Amino acid sequence: MEGMAGRSARLTWAVNLAAALLVVLWVVPTLGLLVSSFRDRDQIAASGWWRAAFPATASSFVRAGTAADQVEMNGLWVIAGSVLAPGQGLQAWGTSARAPEAYAPGDVADLKAGAALTVAADGRYQLTSPTPFTEKRGLRIFVTTIAPPRATFENYARVIGAEGLGRAFLNTMTVTIPATVIPILIAAFAAYALAWMQFAGRALLLAAVVGLLVVPLQLALIPLLRLHNEIGLGKGYLGIWLAHTGFGLPLAIYLLRNYMAGLPKEIIESARVDGATEFQIFIRIILPLSFPALASFAIFQFLWVWNDLLVATVFLGNRPDQLVMTGVLRELLGSRGGDWEILAASAFISIAVPLLVFFALQKYLVRGLLAGSVKGG
Amino acid sequence: MEALILAGGTILAGVFACTAWFWGANLALDLICPARGPQAGRNILRANMVRPWLFIGPAVLFLGLYLVYPVLKSTLMSFQDASGARFVGLANYRWLAGDAKFREAILNNFLWLLVVPATATFIGLVAAQITDRIRWGKFAKSMIFMPMAISFVGAGVIWKFIYDFRAEGLAQIGLLNAFWVWLGHSPQTWLTLPFWNNFLLMAVLIWIQTGFAMVILSAALRGIPEETVEAAILDGANPWQLFFRIKVPQIWGTIAVVWTTITITVLKVFDIVFVMTNGEWGTQVLANMMYNWMFRGAPDYGRGSAIALVIMALVTPMMIWNIRAARRETG
Repeated sequence: MEGMAGRSARLTWAVNLAAALLVVLWVVPTLGLLVSSFRDRDQIAASGWWRAAFPATASSFVRAGTAADQVEMNGLWVIAGSVLAPGQGLQAWGTSARAPEAYAPGDVADLKAGAALTVAADGRYQLTSPTPFTEKRGLRIFVTTIAPPRATFENYARVIGAEGLGRAFLNTMTVTIPATVIPILIAAFAAYALAWMQFAGRALLLAAVVGLLVVPLQLALIPLLRLHNEIGLGKGYLGIWLAHTGFGLPLAIYLLRNYMAGLPKEIIESARVDGATEFQIFIRIILPLSFPALASFAIFQFLWVWNDLLVATVFLGNRPDQLVMTGVLRELLGSRGGDWEILAASAFISIAVPLLVFFALQKYLVRGLLAGSVKGG
Repeated sequence: MEALILAGGTILAGVFACTAWFWGANLALDLICPARGPQAGRNILRANMVRPWLFIGPAVLFLGLYLVYPVLKSTLMSFQDASGARFVGLANYRWLAGDAKFREAILNNFLWLLVVPATATFIGLVAAQITDRIRWGKFAKSMIFMPMAISFVGAGVIWKFIYDFRAEGLAQIGLLNAFWVWLGHSPQTWLTLPFWNNFLLMAVLIWIQTGFAMVILSAALRGIPEETVEAAILDGANPWQLFFRIKVPQIWGTIAVVWTTITITVLKVFDIVFVMTNGEWGTQVLANMMYNWMFRGAPDYGRGSAIALVIMALVTPMMIWNIRAARRETG
């Protein structure tokens, strides 16, 4: 707690407030979509998501029954029914478009020729008249209804089935898991050689790896796609696994080498003196000790591949059953741009797994970031 | 489902193949050059020369085939015509120089370069400083860092919802328009607003990258030697001076790293523009323009490659800087 001398209670408050503001600013965008994914289409259109926790009021009108529905009761002609749908409450009602909230529930409105209308709080209305009704069209009753907040899982059920997101989820899994595991294997061996073995060209190779870290992926797409076509690989999972492996390797080698180079020299040298082969040293000593770095890279690569759109668009086909989740999301943005209930639920299914990984393994992610960046400074 | 089984099989096959290669190759080397017998010394020397290449071979193969080869091939293709059938010299670059859309894209890219790294780094620095001072800092950090896990496409959906437009008189469901109407203005179709829509797209990337800047800068701030801070406090520095005069100058190196890392991300920005506006209404950027030339309508690989090379040229200074920094560190 350095700096106590320079701090006052006011400053502490200001800092807390500023932090709260930042957090709200950063969380609200995601929260908005999350809330919307649990609202149905009408709710989304009727009010902003920030009102989702409050009862929603809506104005509409209902037509009362016609002359055909009337019954005679104690000398009066009566038409009865309900103006409310299940789950709604009545806030106010009226008989003309100009004054749709003229009456409170339970009031009685006098209509022309001795007729009267009353609407109870539970929505039941009663239209009475001393003479038989002759209307062919029902009287309009204007109602202001109030619906309690409610959440629905229908959007999720719908996008997983009908919009093909369930299938896309499996596709994404299929792409991601091998594309995360394979580069780790290859990079770990290379990183060990670069960190602990002496050979000509080592420094050059290391520089090349660092340089390749920033090569724009865009550059690689067309030549690789053509290469895949020429060797008969075409578009498919094998191609995308190999591509992701290639693109992920520089970071993997860089991170792992930096970590392995920091391991204590004595362990490795004493193992060599004891007659262990390089292969044994690597498998028995280096690999277990490098677990944190392996985990860091695995998380990076997992997030990167899972969230990737470009590589998947190019190296996998664009048939509906071949799309990964980012691809489906992109299609939906184009074709269902205004259907926020669909988009919100789809987006959340696609970011659920990365968010889970993020919150569960944040420690390793941060460690990896620090190893990759701070050292370079 | 069979794809998942295929994936599982591939992982097993991949793991098996890798292990078999490394184990087998090492064993073979030990058999060919045994560290025993009359020529033990020579054999050990030889084995030590070959073995590193057994370890590093697959990686070199992949890097060469999937990164180095494409760079060279793209360079070649940028001097060829649409299908790569014949050489056209500098025609593609000459076309670029005269193309209005390219000028728009490169100007936008520079605008992104000016705004995004600076803003994300600055907010990240402020966030790092204040979250280190509060009791719930860990939670605050994790919330600001969270967008990092969200895909650009997912972020595009999230932010498009914020910019959503409904005709005047209807309930505004987009946060920005709701706020705008609340201030007494009429709702806007934000993403089609020339020039300003660029900043709305940048907001998405800033939102994603700030957490990254914060995490790294926070670690750097914590690494500052206590003595300098204590000395400054004893000399009567106020909190502002402490931060900007004492702390920030000591972490310039890290700030530069964060800045360049975000700069590289910005140069390659694609998904956000692709899904939110597809480069229309004056928001084109290089990466999206390249995608359009390579994969939309009748592909023109020559022009697409030329644009990719421009991106590469812009990234190269960062690359050299990165290599030099890494070499300095390893000595």
